[in-house]
Amino acid sequence: MAFINPKTKEVQTKIVYYGPGRGGKTTNLEYIYKKFNQRIKTDMVVIKTHGDRTLFFDFLPFDIGKIKGYDIKIQLYTVPGQVKYDATRKLVLRGVDGIVFVADSLVVRREKNILSLKNLRDNLSLYKKNISDMPLVLQYNKRDLAEQGIPLLPLQTLEQDLNSQLKVPSFEASALSGTNVAQTMKKIVLMTVASLQKQLI
Amino acid sequence: MFGQKELDGIEEILQKDFMDLGVHSVVFIDMAGNIIANLDNGVMGHDIYSLAALAAGNFGAVSSMAKIIGEDEFSLLFHKGEKENMHFSKVMTDFLLVIIFGNEVSLGFLRLKVAEAIEKLKLILEPLQVLD
Repeated sequence: MAFINPKTKEVQTKIVYYGPGRGGKTTNLEYIYKKFNQRIKTDMVVIKTHGDRTLFFDFLPFDIGKIKGYDIKIQLYTVPGQVKYDATRKLVLRGVDGIVFVADSLVVRREKNILSLKNLRDNLSLYKKNISDMPLVLQYNKRDLAEQGIPLLPLQTLEQDLNSQLKVPSFEASALSGTNVAQTMKKIVLMTVASLQKQLI
Repeated sequence: MFGQKELDGIEEILQKDFMDLGVHSVVFIDMAGNIIANLDNGVMGHDIYSLAALAAGNFGAVSSMAKIIGEDEFSLLFHKGEKENMHFSKVMTDFLLVIIFGNEVSLGFLRLKVAEAIEKLKLILEPLQVLD
């Protein structure tokens, strides 16, 4: 849960990028780090294995300005997507305020997307949180690969698999080229901050 | 939720028990990685937001390891460096006290002060948990 500090007039809020392994969660944060580097005062924290896969999490804090006199500090995290790192995913979800689910558009990853979303639902329930009540944005990543003739899941299939019940905002994106990366982030920040605003009296 | 009074109380404990002892920096965080209070000697200039995120994640990982070997938890952690050392202590179930200190501060004495400070912090934190 976000921490609101009435003494320093600061709000710290946690947004987690979730999704299957190799889906582009870290690439989203790397793009944001490059694009908004004037607003980000610190280095991005990355904990990777030797194989360049996320081992623990990535962490990127930045300020988005003031709301009702409070400085809003957004803390972006990724989780490791590989199935075996479920204990770590649970740790990173602790106190989450908003989630971006980064789905992989590759046809061969269809099942992994569905399983990862189910895993998110299950892990949130450990913290007594319901996915339907949580600020959530879906991102269908790697859409640029269609130009290279790589078979991608049609948008309708992704929507049906992942968003038919949730009905949350979704974006087609390419984390590598940056297409809709900032838009995805802005949307989840808006939704998360809106859900916090009622606490900022 | 923390109010001005509680935050003032926490800072006072951190100042008297740790900063006055000569530690370089003390950060009080929750297990989600949020910073509740932080004080430093004005020299260090650490990236405390990253530090808090890593400390919370690290402590969570260590707690999970404790459970694997049949312990409920390891309530403190200590990392020794050449010039800087870090001491982590769990405070109740949801909070973590992170102290960065040099070799001029005795670890044994610091541990005594940590135990005392945790009892004082509990007096502030427990009523908040009842309200939640």
